[in-house]
Amino acid sequence: MIRFLINIHMIGWFILSQIGLVTAEPYRPQDDTQVLERLSFKASDPDTRKLERLRAELRQDPRNLDSAVKLATRYIEQGRSEGDPRFLGQAQAILSPWWSEPSPPPAALLLRATIKQNAHEFDQALADLDQLLATQPTNAQAWLTKASILLVQARYDEARRACQRLARLAASHVLIGCLSDIAGVTGQSARSRQLLREVLSNPDIVRRERVWIATILAEIAARVGAIREAEQSFSEAFKVGIKDQYLLGAYADFLLDQQRYQDVIFLLHSETRADGLLLRLAIAEQGLKLPTFEDHTAELLARFAASRERGTSVHVREEAWFTLALLHDVTRALPLAQANWAVQREPADARILLESAVAARNRAAAKPAIDWLNHNHVEDFRLRQLAQQIQEVAF
Amino acid sequence: MRMLLVITWLLFSLPAWAHKPSDSYLSLSVQNDHVEGQWDIALRDLDSAIGLDRDGDGQLTWGEVRNQHDQIKSYALSRLALSADSQACTTQLLEQLIDHHTDGAYSVLRFRSDCHGPIGQLAVDYRLLFDVDAQHKGLLRLTQRGHTSTAIFSRESSTQNFSIAEQSRWTESMQFIHEGIWHIWLGFDHVLFLLALLLPAVLIRVDDRWQAAKEFSEVCWNIITIVTAFTLAHSLTLSLATLDVIRLPSRLVESAIAGSVVLAGIGNLYPIMLDRRWMVAFGFGLIHGFGFASVLTDLGLPQDSLLLSLVSFNIGVEIGQLVIVALFLPMAYLIRRSWSYPKLILTGGSLTVIAIALIWFTERAFELQVFPA
Repeated sequence: MIRFLINIHMIGWFILSQIGLVTAEPYRPQDDTQVLERLSFKASDPDTRKLERLRAELRQDPRNLDSAVKLATRYIEQGRSEGDPRFLGQAQAILSPWWSEPSPPPAALLLRATIKQNAHEFDQALADLDQLLATQPTNAQAWLTKASILLVQARYDEARRACQRLARLAASHVLIGCLSDIAGVTGQSARSRQLLREVLSNPDIVRRERVWIATILAEIAARVGAIREAEQSFSEAFKVGIKDQYLLGAYADFLLDQQRYQDVIFLLHSETRADGLLLRLAIAEQGLKLPTFEDHTAELLARFAASRERGTSVHVREEAWFTLALLHDVTRALPLAQANWAVQREPADARILLESAVAARNRAAAKPAIDWLNHNHVEDFRLRQLAQQIQEVAF
Repeated sequence: MRMLLVITWLLFSLPAWAHKPSDSYLSLSVQNDHVEGQWDIALRDLDSAIGLDRDGDGQLTWGEVRNQHDQIKSYALSRLALSADSQACTTQLLEQLIDHHTDGAYSVLRFRSDCHGPIGQLAVDYRLLFDVDAQHKGLLRLTQRGHTSTAIFSRESSTQNFSIAEQSRWTESMQFIHEGIWHIWLGFDHVLFLLALLLPAVLIRVDDRWQAAKEFSEVCWNIITIVTAFTLAHSLTLSLATLDVIRLPSRLVESAIAGSVVLAGIGNLYPIMLDRRWMVAFGFGLIHGFGFASVLTDLGLPQDSLLLSLVSFNIGVEIGQLVIVALFLPMAYLIRRSWSYPKLILTGGSLTVIAIALIWFTERAFELQVFPA
């Protein structure tokens, strides 16, 4: 009888897990030692104690600019390495004494621009940076951030001018990184790669900058089909040992393009918290027809719904990609890709627009991306292939 | 060189595809003179606001959360103020549980706010976390008279007003009918119970063996008695519970419902009460009625048209139930003579029902998470 009960329990468990009839009700855990959540900071770390000191100072005096800038900077850094937007909201809260001021102190202005940039409020971020640069024309970080926003908006001439201002303000490799990132898209990839390789051969480049330069080189090489060089540069970036969400995403894209799904799963299997990385993981799982693919797709669906519910739209590129690659819903993917193109114009944005247009057999929808490709002499063999495909699509 | 050091922290853009930002989920259900609420707040957010990680190991255990229930309570309740027609309501915390959303563990606070008289205009002042995380949002689901609306609280709009509007009797009644239909379709436990009772309805028992029923009228009569008995019973307890004559704890009700499904399945394997299946349907129907009642309460009951919404919801449940019968009966009737019906469909189906319901029973009765979310 007991064996019968156990067996029948197993059957029920199997059926419920297959049809997804899981009743997720709030519950009261029975075990005090059950771990419910893992946090980003351990209170026992010396680093965390330093942060706690800064927080205490700010509780005493919320207008202490020096502590506020230090703490907000640390939060933004944490946000970058973990991909957790909570830290940006926390940085913003720390800056709240200066957030709505028309002319905050330069240090606060720079952080405000960075947070707005991340929320895809590009024009407001540029306005903040211009205001800062009007009083502090030697602020290298502001020029660099400005260049990066202009690059995302495909305003290449202005971006180049912003980079050039770094010539006398920062070390030469920062200037090279800034300019090469632009040149790598706009038809001068060979020269960019050569310069970036030289930079990387210099052992004195500090760690974060090495990750940055190596990632730029890897992405340019991947776009022109120099697979081995791309692979080497990615591994150079990983060797530095700083966790970087952007790098993880870029390398996963590179692997997905070569259908190296197993490698993507190895890279990202524990990165399910960040939407963009979970998306790439699910695409790899789909490629290998793994059962986890369905759970992850359902999870992503829930997250995009939640993001829409809260009224934010920073995930449009990923949502378009998700809708096309995992839901295979062309009619919904194309408008998302178009809406995204209206905000940001990087190769990845052109890619999702062209792929959606090809899938929808809609040549007109692809036109803005093709114009962008031709006008800027963009070097990206996959984008060129897609542009070719869309020409072959019959009306 | 100072500039260079500055540059090391903000290179190019941050990945925009980060994970879910900080949200809390607030559900309010307006009941005449009080509001029943549930508030899900991420443990990570509570930690950054009041510090839950007492041993500083970077992990939050249930013990750490449980020991700080008082702090969580006073923090959360100080950040949410409800008032009805400009008079503050008094909020009382009922229990604190745990739930898992797509981005981690949440503390679930269930509360009740009493508002001195019928609520006409409800003002919600939400100030959770805005001082710690400027991008935090509160996602509200407000339910009243079977009608649900949503709103978002942000730092810029932290106070919002909702009029608990009079609706036409007709729309209100349609809404409750609609909810009733959906509840029986989506409440798989009720569907399984009904199917378990209906499975043998196209068969008769002769000399301890199953045989196909000969007459359609015989089958119909079988089904009518079962469905009528179930309906009468659950309508009775649904009304009694909604009118507050009887109240049972939900854990007991939910476990008993799961138990009733198990027993209905076993009853098909060991048919001893075959002629009195309507009695089984009636007996367990009483329990299912309590389950319906808790759903109806969650929908926000208008006090002035309590009876109307009760009747409408019940009509909805019956419609949903009749659709299930209408789908099941012709198919079962057609294949009842096949050799596979008693073996494969009746025995196999009943075993499946028992298996699923046993899991539900374990989860509900012992509050176990068989499926970690």
